[in-house]
Amino acid sequence: MEDIEIKVKETIAQLNDDENLGIDFPDSYIDDLSKAYVKNDLTDDELQKLIRKLKQAYDRAHVEAGEAVGTVAAQSVGEPGTQMTMRTFHYAGVTELNVTLGLPRLIEIVDARKDIATPTMDIYFDEERRNDEEFVRTLANQIGKSTVNDILKEFNLNYGTMEVTATLDAKKIDEKRLDRDEINAAIEKAFKKADINGDEITISSQKSDKDGSKFEIRELRLLADKVRDLQISGIKNIGKVIIRKDDKEWVIHTEGSNLKEILDMDGIDHVRTTTNNIHEIGEVLGIEAARQSIIDEAQKTLSEQGLSVDVRHIMLVADIMTSEGHVKSIGRHGISGEKSSVLARAAFEETGKHLLNASIRGEVDDLTGIIENIIIGQPIPLGTGSVGVKMDYKKE
Amino acid sequence: MKIDIQDHMLVPKHEIMTEEEISDEFSDVDYDIKDLPKIKSKDPVAKAIGAEPGNILRITRESQTAGVFVTYRIVED
Repeated sequence: MEDIEIKVKETIAQLNDDENLGIDFPDSYIDDLSKAYVKNDLTDDELQKLIRKLKQAYDRAHVEAGEAVGTVAAQSVGEPGTQMTMRTFHYAGVTELNVTLGLPRLIEIVDARKDIATPTMDIYFDEERRNDEEFVRTLANQIGKSTVNDILKEFNLNYGTMEVTATLDAKKIDEKRLDRDEINAAIEKAFKKADINGDEITISSQKSDKDGSKFEIRELRLLADKVRDLQISGIKNIGKVIIRKDDKEWVIHTEGSNLKEILDMDGIDHVRTTTNNIHEIGEVLGIEAARQSIIDEAQKTLSEQGLSVDVRHIMLVADIMTSEGHVKSIGRHGISGEKSSVLARAAFEETGKHLLNASIRGEVDDLTGIIENIIIGQPIPLGTGSVGVKMDYKKE
Repeated sequence: MKIDIQDHMLVPKHEIMTEEEISDEFSDVDYDIKDLPKIKSKDPVAKAIGAEPGNILRITRESQTAGVFVTYRIVED
């Protein structure tokens, strides 16, 4: 295939030399041309003809200078957006795991929301451990949140001695592949008055030596809740985990997300493991990864609803959102709120605030944008309006 | 972090451009290079390749539409 690509490139270079066509195709075109060349068994003349035709089509498809690409993108995303179900909560392929979808998710993405409703991660494993069920289950329990409540056999409150007695279930601990020493350490760290005796753990109410019986019972109950909710394993911010085997490998889906810590763990595929939290990706993997993630997430959300929007529109949105080096929202607090023109900002939202502040500061509007010129009734700098005439004063 | 984030599938290739490359690439453009899209100097990838404010990074993305797409970002504080 590679030598064919070179041949296609050479043919294009020759056409450029001979006829000065100025062909500069993107790599994907070269790829497609090479495939067509092989598939249809083209002659050299036919290849030349194909390249000429393609050049014509490519030029026709080019966006003209002065085209309102932003408006077209807004329309192209907005129109199918009206057909989206307003509130869709759906279990995305995985049982139990709830993921925000549809319009609410799309709004989350373009608003660059910091705390999204349902953060979730897809965790993959490196090549050796992709099919190692035992390893995957052990890791899942390390990642997922487990509390004392999950491994209890018996749990009693003793109002006489003011003690909480918890009996751990060895079978459940084994099932969850938890480490006994770690559990004990976690309990000892949280409750200084804990007395661990094999499976049985006795914790006395801390204020039992004080008098005043009314509050003691309440405190004992609070203590009981605390014991039950004590987290004995798991990574910060991650809740439930779901282990699933797709076609050929094990994957873990999580409720909640902590990309940084998960990527640092052993056995994780740190190429494909990802989260749906765009801000987190921006912090851990950089602004370019965040840009790609905005595109992926927006496209996924749209296609799940059966809508197809050309990626180029979404790419434009992602480019604008990441142009300042951090993820910026579209709207009042982001792009639209940072426009240089007072009139453009006032026309969008919070009209009074912008006009007042502008008058206090003595802001000047250069009237270079679209909205400003519509407001004052001048031709707008778009399409044919974007060209001006300059005069050479010296010429007689 | 133990791992190299540049391996991640979401991260495209970032390279620091030399002075020569910058003048080759931007000598005949009608915009100021300060107006290029920005990347923070504390961006994890910028840090990993040791970029400093004022540097220009060449970013080679794999594009869904164009196959390979080359773009530039200027490093700022």
